[in-house]
Amino acid sequence: MDVRNAWDQWPDVNGRFGEFGGRYVAETLMPLILELEAEYRRAQKDPEFKAEMDDLWTHYVGRPSPLYFAERLTEHFGGAKIYFKRDELNHTGAHKINNCLGQVLLARRMGKTRIIAETGAGQHGVATATICARFGLECVVFMGETDVERQKPNVFRMRLLGAKIVPVSSGTGTLKDAMNEALRDWVTNVDNTFYCIGTVAGPHPYPELVRDFQSIIGKEAREQILDREGRLPDVIMACIGGGSNAIGLFHPFLEDESVRMIGVEAAGHGIETGEHAAALNGGRPGILHGNRTYLLQTDDGQILDAHSISAGLDYPGIGPEHAFLRDSGRAEYLSTTDKEALDAFQLCTKLEGIIPALEPSHALARVGEVAQELGKDGLIILNMCGRGDKDVFSVAKHLGVDM
Amino acid sequence: MPTERITAAFDRAKVDKRAVLVSYLMAGDPDLETSYEALCALRDNGADIIELGAPFTDPMADGPAIQRAGLRALAAKTKLTDVLALIARFRESDQTTPIIIMGYANPVHSMGYGAFAEAAHKAGVDGTIIVDLPPEEDSPLREEYAKYGLSVIRLATPTTHEARMKKVAEGASGFLYFVSVTGVTGAGSADPAKIAGNIDMARRVSGLPVCVGFGVKTGAQAAEMAKIADGVVVGSAFVEHAEAAHESGDLARAPQGMGALAKELSSAIAGVAKP
Repeated sequence: MDVRNAWDQWPDVNGRFGEFGGRYVAETLMPLILELEAEYRRAQKDPEFKAEMDDLWTHYVGRPSPLYFAERLTEHFGGAKIYFKRDELNHTGAHKINNCLGQVLLARRMGKTRIIAETGAGQHGVATATICARFGLECVVFMGETDVERQKPNVFRMRLLGAKIVPVSSGTGTLKDAMNEALRDWVTNVDNTFYCIGTVAGPHPYPELVRDFQSIIGKEAREQILDREGRLPDVIMACIGGGSNAIGLFHPFLEDESVRMIGVEAAGHGIETGEHAAALNGGRPGILHGNRTYLLQTDDGQILDAHSISAGLDYPGIGPEHAFLRDSGRAEYLSTTDKEALDAFQLCTKLEGIIPALEPSHALARVGEVAQELGKDGLIILNMCGRGDKDVFSVAKHLGVDM
Repeated sequence: MPTERITAAFDRAKVDKRAVLVSYLMAGDPDLETSYEALCALRDNGADIIELGAPFTDPMADGPAIQRAGLRALAAKTKLTDVLALIARFRESDQTTPIIIMGYANPVHSMGYGAFAEAAHKAGVDGTIIVDLPPEEDSPLREEYAKYGLSVIRLATPTTHEARMKKVAEGASGFLYFVSVTGVTGAGSADPAKIAGNIDMARRVSGLPVCVGFGVKTGAQAAEMAKIADGVVVGSAFVEHAEAAHESGDLARAPQGMGALAKELSSAIAGVAKP
């Protein structure tokens, strides 16, 4: 096995992060992912690619996103200073667009004219549909039937943006089933289609390239905190579904050994109930959707349905790099129940005037304990990866409010 | 011995100057007893090689027919160990028909590659097709298979160019499964004229017999494919008989329907004389 020590040198040439990752796909897709990897290597060396990304990041997405001192939340907990990295202020309201922009630019380089994507909460679907509209590309979004129902505002947004929505009824009609259906579409339309994966999962090189595009979050945050506080943070925190916003924040800090990294998984009704989406805390290694990683599965290797109040975290797996960071001890992974996330959602809204998405509400629910543990001298950055506008209807329902 | 059983099936067909018929069914669809009867019916009606599907919750290379078959098998609580037990039972009365397990990596990974290889060998399995274990990822499994002579049967597709075919052929044994269309199982059929060149290339590069599958449903289509390939694989069309049996509640219709289809396909294939 490869014994490199540098945390940021993974994946290896086989797309592995230690024992995780890889390329577990049907043979039809192998030539495509090898071609994608080759194109990505060329793009990485091409200053024009970087210049185009930077220009659109600045003028279209609205980067850099601010690093905000959450003063009232800090006072509320009475511990470490809490900063929010405000990726919810990006165009389309979440971190997802960082990655979509990169992938669609790659697709254009490869001459692909049709973009497909899977989506859970709809944020990745909206971001993909947005970039496709911007470049005049055909866009097809696969979305679980259950999610189409609970994320109606995003479904309408995608349609307005010109995307075709394909509701997926196979399995349980959630994110994993949408991903299966997107893969089926991809093997069928290999010539003109680019699969824009929304998280740091899938076969190599997706976990690497999605991470690289999302790493803008951590790069900016690192510079901003050094500028504001003159030192590195003690803890950086983010919620985890597939884990793209977390890895985007974590990756540029990996070599800073003093910085603790905390990912927060969705515990749904509680890990002990079996109804959750916490692959690291409640799963074991397996193979799904192109990579080897921690999965929720039965003793017989059948994939279990995840459960979370947040459609964006409702996935039975996790990006392979997180599996690697957990097993190697570089990052810690906690979990938050649906109820705790709802409470944190309301607390942040009232104290900071920021309505967070339900996804980062999972990280918010754990930030108080961490702040108190660190004490007043501590410094925390929490990735506010999405805004909660999309969630107000489902939150109202959970709070028993009739809109 | 297992790889020999596959080779022997191709040798017998060669003596008859015909292609082989590879029939697919999902184990446990709609239950294991019906699958056992279906295995016997397929063998008795001209299936030279049988692919037995091991159900998986997330079959991303399969179309609706085989997805539903997997869900029926899972609803009947079919586990990978049940699939192996079914094969062991079939082996009590049949030592010649090769049986290939077709499925996805996670259930096998979950059992452990070493434990699976040993159990598969004991049950009388001849090889496996693990859809999401491409050559880049299957070497740990191949090392275990080598202990028992189990075959790793690989997939090649219209996107497999010659350089890639070399990689696909490396370590493959038994036969090569050529997926005739870019798409999922049960989708539209390929134009034999368009893939004949790919099949010749696959045979030349791998040195293995090449069987063609995906989208072949009728005797007429099978005969067309038999002209260009060493074997023809039919899956979704067999599985539809299990579905019909399940829906009617008359499970005996599954082996009957599958047997009749195997007869139609094998006679059509036998009608195409091979050199």
